[in-house]
Amino acid sequence: MGELQLMKGNEAIAEAAIRAGCDAYFGYPITPQSEVLEYLMSEKAYERTGMVVLQAESELAAINMVYGAASTGKRVMTSSSSPGISLKQEGISYMAGAELPCLIVNVVRGGPGLGTIQPSQADYFQSTKGGGHGDYRLLVLAPASVQEMSDFVKLAFDLAFKYRNPALILSDGVIGQMMEKVELFEQQPRATTFDQSWVTTGKTPNRERNIITSLNLDPVLQEQHNHHLQEKYERMKAEVRFERYHCDDAEYLMVAYGSSARICQKAVLLAREKGIRVGLLRPITLYPFPSEPLLELSKQVKGILSVEMSAGQMIEDVRLAVHDTVKVEHYGRYGGVIHSPEEVLDAFMKKIVGG
Amino acid sequence: MDIKDIIKPENLVYKRTPLLTSNTLSYCPGCGHGTTHRVIMEVIEEMGIQADTIGIAPVGCSVLAYDFMDIDMVQAAHGRAPAVATGIKRTWPEKFVFSYQGDGDLAAIGTSETIHCCNRGESIVIIFINNGIYGMTGGQMAPTTLVGMKSSTSPYGRDVAFMGNPLKITELVAQLPGTCFVTRQAVHTPAAVRKTKKAVRMAFENQKANKGLSFIEVVSNCNSGWKMTPVAANKWMEENMFPFYPLGDMKVDGRIVSKELLSLAGVKTE
Amino acid sequence: MNEEIIIAGFGGQGVLSMGKILAYSGIMQNMEVSWMPSYGPEMRGGTANVTVILSDERVSSPVLNTYDTAIILNQQSLDKFEDKVKPGGLLLYDSNGITRHPIRKDINIQLVEAATESARMGSTRTFNMIVLGAYLKTKPIVALENVLKGLKKSLPSRHHHLMTLNEEAIKRGMDIVKPFHP
Repeated sequence: MGELQLMKGNEAIAEAAIRAGCDAYFGYPITPQSEVLEYLMSEKAYERTGMVVLQAESELAAINMVYGAASTGKRVMTSSSSPGISLKQEGISYMAGAELPCLIVNVVRGGPGLGTIQPSQADYFQSTKGGGHGDYRLLVLAPASVQEMSDFVKLAFDLAFKYRNPALILSDGVIGQMMEKVELFEQQPRATTFDQSWVTTGKTPNRERNIITSLNLDPVLQEQHNHHLQEKYERMKAEVRFERYHCDDAEYLMVAYGSSARICQKAVLLAREKGIRVGLLRPITLYPFPSEPLLELSKQVKGILSVEMSAGQMIEDVRLAVHDTVKVEHYGRYGGVIHSPEEVLDAFMKKIVGG
Repeated sequence: MDIKDIIKPENLVYKRTPLLTSNTLSYCPGCGHGTTHRVIMEVIEEMGIQADTIGIAPVGCSVLAYDFMDIDMVQAAHGRAPAVATGIKRTWPEKFVFSYQGDGDLAAIGTSETIHCCNRGESIVIIFINNGIYGMTGGQMAPTTLVGMKSSTSPYGRDVAFMGNPLKITELVAQLPGTCFVTRQAVHTPAAVRKTKKAVRMAFENQKANKGLSFIEVVSNCNSGWKMTPVAANKWMEENMFPFYPLGDMKVDGRIVSKELLSLAGVKTE
Repeated sequence: MNEEIIIAGFGGQGVLSMGKILAYSGIMQNMEVSWMPSYGPEMRGGTANVTVILSDERVSSPVLNTYDTAIILNQQSLDKFEDKVKPGGLLLYDSNGITRHPIRKDINIQLVEAATESARMGSTRTFNMIVLGAYLKTKPIVALENVLKGLKKSLPSRHHHLMTLNEEAIKRGMDIVKPFHP
């Protein structure tokens, strides 16, 4: 067993970044995720591993610093919260277009606009459907515990490099701010070799020059590039991850990710105390979405409640997955309000069991 | 005498630097981009640093700079080249990194990135092409468009009360503590080209010595955007651009040398 | 065992750090724990609260609507959380600054005059440890030795010289806590 610590989710992200051999972090403060940069600075990450840590002048600058470092094959990341992630969308789209691996962390807060600093899950569409301009997808991981905040940093980097694609950890103010016990993984060395087939580290005589760009003035070539990207996004579907909670005998189902999944676990237990057999499917990857396991489960249940701290975003993917074969409803408090397990149970009884 | 009798190694007086690709330049005849590209590539070749140099292309006419420069290059989002350069330089401090940007890219949409990159003193080179207009999008007003100068979005001339003042961003960055070498040059005559090359060499030498940021403005014409012949555009540039954007060094080795800037700071130079 | 606690009071009273010590103590006793603060306006004088869950099983929701225990350190928090204590649960409070005392008869109400006692001990920084002692006396779910281990783990090493004082404060809290009957 590794080292046990009591940590905030945001701190776990930062510690995991150091241990995952991350080469650079570029960020800009915003609540509720400022602890990531604060931790990297107070821990002197630059001394522990030689990792570059820099506070940029804006989210725009931060994501473009990530773009630059990622162009050279480095393991590089940034983190922010919703309004800051909106600013980063330009750079994220460029990285998706140029096929650069990187890690982006969004500790979501309520919107739209400046919104609130309280937790929310209303950035689902932005995260899973692209976010910026153009046809692209990110690999999206949704941690539901501080442990996963740590574990997914490593996983996200591995997946990002496997597919040469930006990966996003979609967290929220609950998971970012809460403390739980976390078992830290061993320190990994930073990479010393880089894939010379694409990185821009200087043209050596033994190879052609490498160019990182997302530009193709010829639309036919750009279409071909898009075909290539789409084919990659299809391949990424092999990475689907999910967790089943009390599903084996379930007559009803809840679907929820991240902090809502934690709240639903409690709601499931409360419902089972009343003798109602409900299970929970927790998508761990939001892109790729676990459509097939959900379709499979839908065959045994009488109704599905999609729970999310939003006005109802993930429900669209839930409905697409089950092909209208079973009733699907949404429940969630939003704009920064966190639903309680009792509220979820109440909505479940009214919308699914009673309805 | 046949032309083949002339094309002989012993008759060679000028050739393309090996660090420029054989792709046909996409720039208009008479534009300063091609010359500036060549100057930079010559310096990289002469210093023998091709294997350690990464260039950042902007958005604008020179977005395709990577088609012409035979080095590893990264194309940046509009205005973000200094941030991209920062990301590379911070993770590869031993490499040579430069950005190549136009006036809209560097002095309008990318002002924040420019100022903060210069102020942090990133050890990189910024090459700034100022032709007072947005060339690629078809001749719109730039932050550097002169007062009274016509463009497609200031068709009756730049009116300060309405459109604001032209921005002398080079004078601005010269005053930041992070910049080491700041100069304004041109490439419209052989003499000017030689001076520019000297400046580019100094900038890369500064980077080698890790002295801070070197910033080279190249005042150029945009004969298509200005709707003039190349020759007329160069003459117009000398008569109108140079008085407002005077050529010469502003800061050398971290010390301000421009009389204008020193007098602004209250330092007597006479 | 599954204990769901809310600790609520003013920022600066040590609400969050008390929760952290409790969570660390739980870890020392091989429990599953979660610590979820109200965050944002965490400045001195603003309201602050933290939900701490100690459990033998994996913690489900870190955010709750009702609690087994409410530890209440100002009037606003009493007004907000008295109704959220589960029937048969515990409400522990300090009467300092309280103008309207608890009224529920279906819960166990305990009073600890921690503010007064900490002043008497000559260090207001012992306040939250006195409250913690009072809680542990009423609900001894974590052994004192594990609490002291948790305390040490959550204190920065530069504050380790305060261990003795803190231990004394915890014991003082255990001594002075008393039932309150509305």
